[in-house]
Amino acid sequence: MLLKIFDFSTITAAFHLWLSGKMSSVLVMLIEMTIAGMCALGLFVFLGLVLVYMERKVSAVMQIRIGPNRVGPWGTIQAVADTVKLLLKEGLTPDGADKFLFNFAPILVIIVSMLILAPIGFGKGLVIWDLNIGVLYISAVSSIGVIGILMAGWASNNKYSLIGAMRSGAQIVSYELSVGLSLISVVILTGSLQMSDIVNSQANGWWIFKGHIPIIISFIIFVIASTAETNRAPFDMAEAESELTGGFHTEYAGMKFAMFFLAEYINIFIVCAIGATLFLGGWMPFHIGGLTAFNDIMDYIPSPFWFFGKTFFLIFVIMWFRWTFPRLRVDQLLTLEWKYLLPISMVNTLLVTLMAIMGWYF
Amino acid sequence: MGPGSLILLIICGVAFAGGGILLSQLIARSSTNSQKGQPYECGVPTEGNTWIQFNVGYYLFALIFLIFDVELVFMYPWAVAAKATGMFALIEIIIFMFILFLGLLYAWKKGALKWM
Repeated sequence: MLLKIFDFSTITAAFHLWLSGKMSSVLVMLIEMTIAGMCALGLFVFLGLVLVYMERKVSAVMQIRIGPNRVGPWGTIQAVADTVKLLLKEGLTPDGADKFLFNFAPILVIIVSMLILAPIGFGKGLVIWDLNIGVLYISAVSSIGVIGILMAGWASNNKYSLIGAMRSGAQIVSYELSVGLSLISVVILTGSLQMSDIVNSQANGWWIFKGHIPIIISFIIFVIASTAETNRAPFDMAEAESELTGGFHTEYAGMKFAMFFLAEYINIFIVCAIGATLFLGGWMPFHIGGLTAFNDIMDYIPSPFWFFGKTFFLIFVIMWFRWTFPRLRVDQLLTLEWKYLLPISMVNTLLVTLMAIMGWYF
Repeated sequence: MGPGSLILLIICGVAFAGGGILLSQLIARSSTNSQKGQPYECGVPTEGNTWIQFNVGYYLFALIFLIFDVELVFMYPWAVAAKATGMFALIEIIIFMFILFLGLLYAWKKGALKWM
């Protein structure tokens, strides 16, 4: 198979073997951890800059504007300039705020989005920790994020922040159920919670093609609910600018605000990465049954390109939503989840189970 | 890598967020002013206590969420075994889902899902 040349696990195994021959196991572990940590930090910085730039360009295209075009070629250094500006801003702590919680909340939000990176496979063999309960781990860790938001809103000593945080909390916990049920529908078909197993099960076709209509329904529910999970428009009740100024981060300034901003973008990336892994085949190339020549050409494209391509496509869709749909009211938001999405996804789970047991999929 | 990677990622997160905030505190200019620390609220001083009682509706949704979230946790091990178990798993989950759905219907009829 041509896929083999892009297998990162052989490279990492060879590197591990080479290091082990030279030094003690503790040192090897430390070096490997440092490299992995550097990669995670690099990915964070890269994603922050790229997604902020992408958001501004996509919104410019949607509104027939030019968008950032002054700083650097095509405005590509705009995001860097924004970061430097935020770095030079004074970080205010309002009077009467709970100082510890106020300063800890941005750090907690970043830690949570850092932790979810662990089971995501960025390419063949390119994963930090491929644990065997990957999907459960993701849904468990991602729900800690809401605590950071509630913490920020409560500690700010501001009514807007408090209302924003409460809305955000209600919204995130509600939509978590639909996300969970749509993740479960893929788990039923795969029979495994491990992310690499889920990707490997899609070698002969992605679940969205193999799983017929029930999986397409759960994919649509996943996209809607994960847009709500990340507090993106049209579900950005938490920071509805026209009513709550900034929602839970009204009182935050400078770098602490930047951390919330960055965490929001990283979370968009993460939910899109999960969607791409579970429904769109992760790093698996696009294959059409029977067309051997076409499939071989597709195999030549390295797996990280496939993964990032699919993920950025989903990110584009979520950015598209923002400029297409008007913001919902808080009651409409909860009605949509509890009276439509949740019953539909419950019935859909049963359909997927029936399909999996009867073998009605490719 | 093993479970150690989680500790590594936590360290990375603390280093990234804490480092950024510390760096900005070191290089950013700051000035103090008695007006500066006031909560932001449309330009006039805040009235009353900020940490107020809020709408009970949030609490109701949190309670219903709790029930369904526990259900979801129960469904993960079932989902892994469902395909291998066969028809028995489907019948079992239909009963399970039906009882939960009755719970949802009850909450719906009682008006717990209506935003006040």
